[in-house]
This record gives sequence, C-alpha cells and structure tokens, in this order.
Amino acid sequence: MTNDLIHATAAELAAKIHSGEVSSVEVTQAHLDRIAETDGKVHAFLHVDAEGALAQARKVDEAVKAGETVSPLAGVPLALKDVMTTEGVPTTVGSKILEGWLPPYDATVTRKLKEAGVVILGKTNMDEFAMGSSTENSAYGPTHNPWDLDRIPGGSGGGSSAALAALQAPLAIGTDTGGSIRQPGAVTGTVGVKPTYGGVSRYGLVAFSSSLDQAGPCARTVLDAALLHEVIAGYDEMDSTSINEPVPPVVAAAREGLTGDLSGVRIGVVTQFQGEGYQPGVLRSFQAAVSQLKELGAEIADVSCPSFDYALPAYYLIAPSECSSNLARFDAMRYGLRVGDDGTRSTEEVMSLTREAGFGPEVKRRIMIGTYALSSGYYDAYYGSAQKVRTLITRDFQKAFATFDVLISPTTPTTAFKIGERADDPMAMYKADLCTIPANLAGTPAMSVPSGLSDEDGLPVGLQIMAPALQDHRMYRVAAAYEAARGAFGGASL
Amino acid sequence: MTSLVELMDYDEVIEKYDPVLGLEVHVELHTNTKMFCGCANAFGGEPNTNTCPTCLGLPGSLPVVNGKAVESAIRIGLALNCEIAEWCRFARKNYFYPDMPKNFQTSQYDEPIAFNGWLDVTLDDGEVIRVEIERAHMEEDTGKSLHVGGATGRIHGAEHSLLDYNRAGVPLIEIVTKMIPGTGRRAPEVARAYVTALRDLLKALDVSDVRMDQGSLRCDANVSLSPKTTGELGTRTETKNVNSLRSVERAVRFEMTRQAAVLASGGEVTQETRHFDESSGTTSPGRKKETAEDYRYFPEPDLVPIAPSREWVEELRGTLPELPWERRARIQKDWNLTDEVLRDLVNAGALDLIEATVVAGAKPDEARSWWVSYLAQQANTRGVELSGLAITPAEVARVIELVNSGALTNKLAREAVNGVLEGEGSPDEVVEKRGLKVVSDDSALEKAVDEALAAQPDVAQKIRDGKVQAAGAIVGAVMKATKGQADAARVREIVLARCS
Repeated sequence: MTNDLIHATAAELAAKIHSGEVSSVEVTQAHLDRIAETDGKVHAFLHVDAEGALAQARKVDEAVKAGETVSPLAGVPLALKDVMTTEGVPTTVGSKILEGWLPPYDATVTRKLKEAGVVILGKTNMDEFAMGSSTENSAYGPTHNPWDLDRIPGGSGGGSSAALAALQAPLAIGTDTGGSIRQPGAVTGTVGVKPTYGGVSRYGLVAFSSSLDQAGPCARTVLDAALLHEVIAGYDEMDSTSINEPVPPVVAAAREGLTGDLSGVRIGVVTQFQGEGYQPGVLRSFQAAVSQLKELGAEIADVSCPSFDYALPAYYLIAPSECSSNLARFDAMRYGLRVGDDGTRSTEEVMSLTREAGFGPEVKRRIMIGTYALSSGYYDAYYGSAQKVRTLITRDFQKAFATFDVLISPTTPTTAFKIGERADDPMAMYKADLCTIPANLAGTPAMSVPSGLSDEDGLPVGLQIMAPALQDHRMYRVAAAYEAARGAFGGASL
Repeated sequence: MTSLVELMDYDEVIEKYDPVLGLEVHVELHTNTKMFCGCANAFGGEPNTNTCPTCLGLPGSLPVVNGKAVESAIRIGLALNCEIAEWCRFARKNYFYPDMPKNFQTSQYDEPIAFNGWLDVTLDDGEVIRVEIERAHMEEDTGKSLHVGGATGRIHGAEHSLLDYNRAGVPLIEIVTKMIPGTGRRAPEVARAYVTALRDLLKALDVSDVRMDQGSLRCDANVSLSPKTTGELGTRTETKNVNSLRSVERAVRFEMTRQAAVLASGGEVTQETRHFDESSGTTSPGRKKETAEDYRYFPEPDLVPIAPSREWVEELRGTLPELPWERRARIQKDWNLTDEVLRDLVNAGALDLIEATVVAGAKPDEARSWWVSYLAQQANTRGVELSGLAITPAEVARVIELVNSGALTNKLAREAVNGVLEGEGSPDEVVEKRGLKVVSDDSALEKAVDEALAAQPDVAQKIRDGKVQAAGAIVGAVMKATKGQADAARVREIVLARCS
C-alpha cells in the first residue's frame, strides 16, 4: 500500500483522496515515512513539518468526509523550496544568515497552496540564495541525486527535484532564475516548469535576481505539473511585476497532449545548443526525442538564435548586479544572524562580520561581481551592455516564434556530474545553465521533460521546450504528447 | 568647538564673493498609506507599529506603488511649472544604513517624474526672483534612529541606538532647484523666501502637512562661493538638519561667512555634508566618509515603469487649487490693498488668517486690524508665530461681531481674546465666565455716577461750573468701579446730565 502511494502521481492520489479510497493523512504519512527512511542519504529536506502537514491532511479529509467540493490537488503532499516564506516555519534560503528566522508571513505561493488544501511536507534544500547549479552551495550540506548518490541533483532547486525522484513527494515547488527548476529536473529525471515571468507571484520568494526569478511547478509527470501550475499561478496585487491576465490553460493543454497527436505543431530546434561541450549521450537522447516528436506529427526544422551565445555572460552581470542590491538587507539589524555585537563594535563592524560569517563563497563572489558591475564608471560597460544583450535575446525569440510554435533543445549540456567535480571551477559550473538562461532573460516560459537515460552513463537527460510569453500551454501540450510516446524509463535506483 | 571656526565679516564676504545656492527640499506626503505598502502613514505612534513585511524590508517582500503619491507628485510638478515625464522609472539607491530596512532606498534617478520648472519667489521688499526647478522626484523615507548615551544625540559617542521604522516607506517628494546664482547679499533671504514659497504652495495643494518642526518639510542647503576675481564656481557644502525657515536663512549666512574665511586664509572648502546646530546657529561637519559615495543606482526591477497618460496629467492640472500667488493677486484686488500693505501681511504670515477671518464673516479691514495689531502683539509677547496663537479665525470673527453688535467694547473684546488665548473656551464662553458685559442699565450707571460725584465733590462742582472737561475724572472713576464694563460715552452723558 505505502509503496503504491509513493509511486502514484499527484493526479492519481487526488482522485483516491477525493473519492475516499485513501485518506490524505495516509498519503501524507506514507511520504513522511519515505522521507524518514531515505533522507539520511538524499538530504532533500532542510526542514520537515510533519505536524503541519498532518494537520492540513486532516482538514482535507474532514472536508472530503463532509462531502465538500475540494480543489483538484487538495490532500496531495508537496515539497516546498526553502526560498518561499512560510509563516512560523523556518525559511533559510540555504543560508546561515537566515538560520533560525521564522517568517511572520506566507509567500503568495505558500498561501495559494494552503488555500488549495495542498499538504506542505517541509522545506527543501537549495544552493544558498538559489545561486548554483548543484545544491553544493547550500550552507547545510549538499543534496544527493537519487539516481546516483555520488552525483549532484542539479541546482539551485536540487532538493525539490531530488525529493520527487526519491519518491518523497509527488509535487514540489522550485524557483528558476537561470535554470534552477529545469536543470535539476533534467538531471533527476523529473518535470520542471518555469512559467512566463510574472505568471506566478514573487511575493514571499526571497529574491536573488528580481527581474529573472520565477517560481514554478515540479512533478514526475507533465499533467501533475500542469495541475500544480494552475494552483500557484495568477495575478497578485502584491507583486507589481505579476501579469494581470488569465492563467494559460495548461491543464487542458496537457490533457490534449496526452492524446498523442501533434500534427501541425511547428517545432524549432535551436542550433546554438548542440555540438562542442555537449555530452554525446545527451545529444543522442535529444535526437531520439526529435524523431519521436516527428512521429507524433510535428513539423521540425532548425532555427538559429545567434544572440543566445551571449546569454551566459549577460546573465552573470544582471543576476549578480540585482543580487548585490537584494542581499544588502541581510545586515544583522532586524532578523537572522548577528555576529560580533559585544558592545565594543560599531554598527558597520557588526554588519561586516555578520555578512562575512553568514554568506558562503559563491554568494560573496556574486555580490562582489554585481557591486563592481553597478559601480559608476562601469555601469554602462557591464550592466548596460548586458541589458542590451537581453533585448537582442528577446528579439531572437520573437523572430523564432514567428515561424515556430515552440523551440526545443537539450535542457543541460551534460548529465549529473559528481559532487565536488566542479566545485573549484565556477565557469564549468555556470555552463550547466547554458541552455536554460535565455528564457529567463526574455521572460518567456520553458520547461524540462525527461527524455530517458543517456546511453553512456545511464543517467537522466532532459528535453527543454520553450514557448512565447503567456503561451505556457503550448509547451505543456508538446511535453505531454512526448511523455506519452516516450513511455516509462525506469526510476531512481534508490 | 565653534569658537575655533573663523568667520569673515558679512560685508566683506559680499565684497569678495558671489554666493551660489542650491536647495533640496524633501516633502513628506500626507497620503493615508505609505509609498509602497498599505501601512498607515502617520506621524508619532508607538515605535514599529505602522510596519509590515514590505516597509521592514523582510526577505521576500515586494513594493507596490501608491497611486495617490504619484498623483501628488504630478500635481506638485504641475504647480512648479514642470514638465511631467511620459515614462519614468524608480531606481535603487544603494547604501548601508541601519534605519534603511533594505539598505537601498527606492527613489528615482535619471528619470524623475517632473523636471524643468520654476517658482517665483517674493522677497521681503517685494522683489520677485524666479528660482528654476531642476526636478521633483518620488522616493521613500527612511526609519528613524535614536542614538542613546552620547552627549549630542548623534551617532558619534552613542552607547547604543534604537530604530523606529514607522517612518520607513513614507512617501517623499524631493524637489531640487537648479543653481541659484546672482543673489549676492540677499542669498540667505532668497533661501528662506524660496522655502517659504514652496511651503505655501504645498499647503495650498494639500499634499503635505509641511511642518518643518516635525520633519514633514526638510531643507538641505547647498552653498558655495565664487570669487569675484575669477568667477569660478566654488566647492559646495550641503547643510542638513535645517528645521525652520529662520534656520534656512541662518545656515546659509553662516556657511557663507565660514567658507569665505576658509578661502581667505588660503584654505580649500571641503565638499561635505554639514549639520546645522539650532542653538548656536553654526554648522559642523557630518561624519567623515572613508570612501567616495557610489550609490550604484539601477532601475528598480521590482516595479514597473510609470507612464502617466497626458489625459490624466491634464485632468490633474484641472484639480490644482488657486495657488498662493494667484490668491495674493485676488486678495489685493478685492481688499484694495497697496503692494506695501500686502507684502507686510504676507511677511507677517497674516494673510491666511485674515482671509479665513473674512470668510468667517468679518470685514477685511476689521479682520486685518485685529491680526496685525493686537494679535500680532500677543504673538510677539508669547514668542509664537501668528498662526501659533490659540485662537481661530472664526473666533476672531465672533469677537468682531460682538463688538459690532455693541455687546463688547474694544477693551472688553481684547479681554475676551485674552481669555480665548488662555484656553478658557470660545469667545462667548469667555464673555460668560469673565462676566464681560457692557453695563447698559442706566439706573446702575446713575448710581455709580452719583457715588463718584459724592466721592469727589470738588470735581463735581467744577463740572457744575461749566468745566465740562473735568467730567473725564468722574467717567474714569465710574469705569474703574464697573471694571471697564460700562460704555464710557453713555457714562459721560449721565455725568453731564446729573451736573446740569
């Protein structure tokens, strides 16, 4: 029974809970047990809120018993990335500087999940302040990839994706600034979606880079991701950058895709994202996916987006610039860590000592890069130029979407690498996000869906599907059709 | 410490240098809520009660622009004859300070909402100077630090500091003038007159409490001296903590004499922020900065651009009230005042009060007479501004009405006013409590007159002998006996009748 419950999809669990076949408490307990059993090895969670989860589960069970109509995912457990504030529940953002902080308010995403009856199991591990591609930058130790515990689960949202792959939760929330949902999805064999920028409220998402950060759904199936997408998306007056438009019909699109017909759908293969630096097994998996999409009726052709070559350098100016400002508030004055306040030191010294002790090396590196890039005399050359590149990338997307309904590429150049392998080589680490960054810079939606295993190392590979702004449903349709055609590809060895 | 500062004689300063002014005024808008969140925008209150995740800068919180503040900013811009941006953004001004929750201030940088305007400023002698406005932009206020344990209340030497974030996020408009050259000897006066004119304008627009003592209007005065010999611009200082109109004038004057002395001794003026000390009337350097200030401005990514439609701007132009200079012109015409009289009324801060008194029913001449004479004296004795007197224009109008109806003599009216100023209640209540009634009962007066005549038989005899002017002594005695509540003219009639 427990085994069935942890292998089930969110859609299946919801159906069983709402029909009374199983209780949400049983489902929740099964996942809590799974976490207890496996998280010593995986370390996907920073905080498990068993009490809160079971309380929410009981509430849903009572509602079901009373014959009330509950929302589509009510009673289904979820793993929440520790970047989202949760009232009264620790929110560390993977950093020592927020150790012990209990937020006095819920993020809009948290609130929407609670209102929808979703059961929040706990908070998942992440690279500190979402800066990283391996979850090794977490101040609380790395998360291990359930497919191979010596390997990284991707990042920054490695905890959320690893929890899905380890069957600790059927649903998870991630945030994606340069690929932090899609790249972990790819290397853990799970689905990860970055919605259109502004599609999901950022209120309560502890900011890394405000103009790029976007929360999105993570799941093991495309339909589950779509169901979760519709729970968390929508206009929020607390976030000025959220879009006041109807939520794209992603669930309907996923259901349509599951019928397996993609006739007439025009798909562009981005030529910039293949060739040198790409693992052969990843490219072979990608080519197999292309063939499969053709068989489903899609029209496929190459498309060149030349400015995508400059996405990585532009990203590593814009994101650090914004983070240098966003992270200034962590100064020991109001919350979080305070170091050196022994009555002999000035405010500046306490701020300085706290930031020295509280931030890890990658966070410091980016704060310094960003501070430099925004300095007078350098602003135009760095931040200014990067913004121009951003405009060019947006134009490349617009041009490509004039011909194609969606664009595709591998999600990552390689499969999961070994823990520690790239720890001393930031450039190698940054390249993990090569294919995912353009969509963040343009604010367009993109997702990763598993395309099976690489033939050379047996590790998961991701297919990235990108769509125009507010056309999130297009990629869900393609992903669901592909997923059905692809079939099962096994599970993590854990 | 101040005794060490060398100052140059003011006449000599003017002989050798041309002062150049630049004034930055911060106005707190009195919107119901703060600039970027729904917290109440209220002065005072228990520390840290008007706060929320956004104005405390908690992780994850986001700003949302207060539309009413944008509206006020545009109206201020229009009243200052500015152009209104068709598209503008907020920017982050990055620097660390404990009273700033996010360690950046959400402000505007190279894209202000209003720019290129002017304000005509009338000096004490009636001369009008046009001050050019560089820009008016929106930003948020910081919290307040209270430094405990130091001698000066400033951070230097303090043992610890307390922080109150009630003010954090209060909407501010910063209004910056272009350089104001060529004011010569009158530079300090121009500075004061500009801030006064701006204050009156903002008051008329009803966008702010404009209380300098409470910090809802704050002025930073930039002063530099340009040597007459070379005409080159000098290094400027920026003086903060200037908390009254008079201080604006004093601070500018002090900086002129101080900078001139520095230059004359062969020194260089340091570009720095200085702090005005109200009690000594001097300025002293702010905390020395070890590094050059680099605010690393960049467009605020948490907010979308503001693009006020031209229709909206014109609609707001239509909501501008009668502006102070338009009102002055109208009043001058309606009340038939000379330039000189009008100027005196403006300088005395009496115009608003007189107009309100007129609106409450008094005639302009009567209202003016009360405010510029007796009430001005009272303000002077009590050491307050005319507007600080504890009497309302409506109460003054009521006193005038009582005089006109014959219920009070002028003398009694002054006593009634005194009672109001002492907090004894409304004019009618004071009249009741103090028993201020004209004694109009002839039999009572006749009795008093008879007593006075009996008490001074020699005087009585003189009157009977036709020395009518001697009646004054009897009238005086009666007035004294009735505590001034008799109508002196009527008493005189009775005296003469009794002695005829």
